[in-house]
Amino acid sequence: MRRDRPLAFLAFWTVSSLITLVPIYWMFVVSAKSRVQLFGSPNFLITSFFTENYINTLKDPAFQRYMINSIVVASANALLVTTLALFATYALSRYRLGGKENVFFWTITNRMAPPAVFLLPLFLLYTQVFVLGDFKLFDTRIGLILLYCVFNLPFAIWTLRSVIDGIPKELDEAAYVDGATTWQVLTKVILPLAKPGLAVTGILTWVFAWNEYLFAATLTSVHARTVTTGLAEFVTVTGTNWGQMAATAMLTLVPALLVLGLVQRHIVAGLTFGAVKE
Amino acid sequence: MRSSTVGWLFLAPTLVILFIFGVLPFLYVLVIGFTQWNSFAADPTMQYNGVENFRRLVFDEQFLYSLWLTLKFGFFAVTSQILLGYFLAQLFMRDFPGKGFFRTIHTLPLVIAPIAVGATWRLMLVPGLGPIPYYLRQWFGYDLNISRYVDQAFLATVVMDVWHWTPLVTLTMLAALASLPKEPFEQAQIDGANRFQIFWHVTLPLLKPAILATVFIRLMDALRTVDEVWMLTGGGPGAATRYIGLHIWRVVFPKTDYGYGSSMSLITLYLTIVMCWLLYAGLVARRDLKRVD
Repeated sequence: MRRDRPLAFLAFWTVSSLITLVPIYWMFVVSAKSRVQLFGSPNFLITSFFTENYINTLKDPAFQRYMINSIVVASANALLVTTLALFATYALSRYRLGGKENVFFWTITNRMAPPAVFLLPLFLLYTQVFVLGDFKLFDTRIGLILLYCVFNLPFAIWTLRSVIDGIPKELDEAAYVDGATTWQVLTKVILPLAKPGLAVTGILTWVFAWNEYLFAATLTSVHARTVTTGLAEFVTVTGTNWGQMAATAMLTLVPALLVLGLVQRHIVAGLTFGAVKE
Repeated sequence: MRSSTVGWLFLAPTLVILFIFGVLPFLYVLVIGFTQWNSFAADPTMQYNGVENFRRLVFDEQFLYSLWLTLKFGFFAVTSQILLGYFLAQLFMRDFPGKGFFRTIHTLPLVIAPIAVGATWRLMLVPGLGPIPYYLRQWFGYDLNISRYVDQAFLATVVMDVWHWTPLVTLTMLAALASLPKEPFEQAQIDGANRFQIFWHVTLPLLKPAILATVFIRLMDALRTVDEVWMLTGGGPGAATRYIGLHIWRVVFPKTDYGYGSSMSLITLYLTIVMCWLLYAGLVARRDLKRVD
């Protein structure tokens, strides 16, 4: 490592960071101003914080419902996906199953396919086929929770595979010798050792579910709408209430920003399916 | 090893969910693709009509234009991301004060919801509000209006994608650079190679697997892009940024042309798989993905 021209570096990274931050900061500025204050030349300074945009958004019953839906869907999905992925990776790692590498590779194809392709069939399945009496999967949280597994499970399996593979098989064997059942091995040996990996996977899964828009917009209408669909409504419905749109977007960002610190080290491995590690 | 039945039981829930919500929709779209089905048509029932949809698709200028746009978008976005990302990663390899802090900032766009990214850039670019059009006019007399000019709208979506995803490339390249062996570089220096020769003959070949893996992942995602673009331009002006995802959505929902939309989806999926396979074949030929770590 060389340490050269620290000032030039500092200047470069400051500019580069500004390019990254200014769009987000500008959104914050817009969210903190009234319509009148936004009129005229752009002003990056916030002289007086206009809280009405946030208050209006937070008081809006529709937004509250979207928020609750997003939290429920993302949390339930993260929990379900991490649990199922733990089972799946345990099986892939510890059992001799015919064609398991093919299965492992096949899972990822579900994540790679363009989501637009599945919009129509899922819409039809949700409205006409997956129907039980009065109950339809369309416009339900459970519908979204299950659907998000399609792209989150492959991700979780690919990330967790190396975690489970990294736990020495001798530990399992020792437990079996001591008379443990498979379930005990999984919960008492594997689970505690895989916890950090599971946590990271869970958090990233949560973020992906929280961020999803296309399916949420297509497969819900009223009851199960999520925050991202609420944000998109500003383009089509409300027109130009920029302040409130910015406030909604800021509130959509918050959870992602909170978890950034937790998963920062793992985000690359996460977004490249474990192909690249830091 | 334990009995394989138990192993399959552990895998079962995953396979069942992926089958119902991944494979079943695919089979469904495969069937609908060969039918004439539009719920607003005179005959709203599903009618088998063979390869008629596909015959129509080959001459569908809107569809072909959308495909072409998507590829153009993918090409420009991913190329800029790779070049910029590599450059930033090289700089991050140096030691300088505040490195960790700057890295955190540069990771930020990755966790933001695409729909929020679209909102962010809309606020930056919308005429009468955004600072970018304002200052371009003020300082250079340049008229930036992404809801009017086709090229500007296209460029805006590329810039937005570069802003959003370059950090991923930077971090991937950084991981790859950090894991490179030192000896080939020392040897090249002893042999008197200049900086360009070292880059071209040593760094680049060693980084090839990482670069290909990154291109693979980025390109697949770029071709799927819908959310950000929908939020920024809505696919407009006209059809200037109506990438394939947006186009399919338009045919399927507002127009309810289910049969035709499905055949379009199938072709898109097929092209994606072919591209995936070509890139993956390129990857495997140059050893396995996992070599990167």
